[in-house]
Amino acid sequence: MSLITCKDVSLAYEGKNVISGLDFSVESGDYLCIVGENGSGKSTLIKALLRLKSPSAGVIETGEELLASEIGYLPQQTIVQKDFPASVYEVVLSGCLNRLGRRPFYGKAEKKMAQENMKHLDISDIQRECYRDLSGGQQQRVLLARALCATKKLLLLDEPVAGLDPVVTQELYQLIKKINKELGITIVMVSHDMNSIIKDASHILHLKNDNIFFGTTAEYEQTSIGEEFIGGEERE
Amino acid sequence: MNNVLAEMFSYPFLTRALIVGTLVALCAALLGVSLVLKRYSMIGDGLSHVGFGAMVIATALNVAPLVVAIPVVVLAAFLLLRLSQNSKIKGDAAIALISTSALAVGVMIISMTTGMNTDVYNYMFGSILAMSENDVRLSIVLSAIVLVLFVVFYNRIFAITFDETFAQATGTKAGLYNMMLAFLTAITIVLGMRMMGAMLISSLIIFPALTSMRVCKTFKSVMINAAILSIFCFFVGILLSYVFATPTGASVVVVNIVMFLIYSGIGFVKERG
Repeated sequence: MSLITCKDVSLAYEGKNVISGLDFSVESGDYLCIVGENGSGKSTLIKALLRLKSPSAGVIETGEELLASEIGYLPQQTIVQKDFPASVYEVVLSGCLNRLGRRPFYGKAEKKMAQENMKHLDISDIQRECYRDLSGGQQQRVLLARALCATKKLLLLDEPVAGLDPVVTQELYQLIKKINKELGITIVMVSHDMNSIIKDASHILHLKNDNIFFGTTAEYEQTSIGEEFIGGEERE
Repeated sequence: MNNVLAEMFSYPFLTRALIVGTLVALCAALLGVSLVLKRYSMIGDGLSHVGFGAMVIATALNVAPLVVAIPVVVLAAFLLLRLSQNSKIKGDAAIALISTSALAVGVMIISMTTGMNTDVYNYMFGSILAMSENDVRLSIVLSAIVLVLFVVFYNRIFAITFDETFAQATGTKAGLYNMMLAFLTAITIVLGMRMMGAMLISSLIIFPALTSMRVCKTFKSVMINAAILSIFCFFVGILLSYVFATPTGASVVVVNIVMFLIYSGIGFVKERG
């Protein structure tokens, strides 16, 4: 059974249909990259996958073993967060909130989990630092650690490298690849940066109004829509 | 100094003012951290103006002020929250709209009924004499509720303050906790506004949080620092107000301003050093 299955899904944004007839599925262990121009509905689709928005038609099913609240999410940064007075540890720990159920406070298990995920992302040594004092790349690592606390299976990333410099961007892609391969967590990522991700992603979902492509990365490179988007200069 | 304190506590009205003030200062500071970070600072200001309108109406109808003000302000809080989240009129404009409307309606009612008397003046700028025995009891119960809810939901409040979308995506009912914050803020404002004055009560919400953020690096330390600072400023303020016979609200705000400047200085030096 797939982790997520979209069947003939239509999504509307402020009353206008942005996506229709969307069919795709995400299997456990996949690395799916969602690409497309601005306004093609990528962020709307992410919101729908997170159940923050319901599709105007069709269904989005999650596999039996995946609860909607168990999806780790790396949102685009908000202005509020830029100057937020919280330690790295506090932010990461807040990812465990969906494990609390009715309990008011975090227990040993959650604290241990936060520590482990900080270790995975190599931020244990800055756990006492203030979030607002970190660099953009470090902040993304913190948010990634928080997202890992919220999930064991699936991570949704919404333009994780926006605003980062090229070196940090590559580091972050390496990390995401590592999370996918070593921790076995399924990745669904929105990105503009085709050339970098085409090496890592196993599947591509290209949104372009009525012209939707879904398939493996190898298949994508063969299609005209893919060629156009990847850009001629990279291909000999 | 000790003499002044002993003298102060010998007046029952001052003891009452101190009890209620301390509780309100504590609640306001805790809620303030979240409100300031969520960019809802002006909600406190808007609500206090609505509270002013409600109290004037209560006076005109000759009923107990809190009985009218609490439900009206709670309703206004929910309305402001909705407006600031999903409306064509954006948050700050919506708040300005509601607060000036409430003020205007209040002033109209005053001029048609009692005219500008001491009661009205006290609603606007606060009075240390405002607290009755009943008010003290009500304040203790309500602030206890605010504090308990705040502690129990501390981790949820952190999550929705830092990142509402993430909290919602991972199954936290952000809307519900936003409503709770608005509800607790409304109650705190109504409790505090008669002592601090409708014009100045929002300072209790904004100042301790902002001041703490100059120096503190973690959410928890901002909270704790804001709470202690708020109570300290209130205490010093009321002392000043007693010694120099100045209005309570303004005195407390002045102490808050001084602390803000001191903390900003410390923060600046730390950043450089």
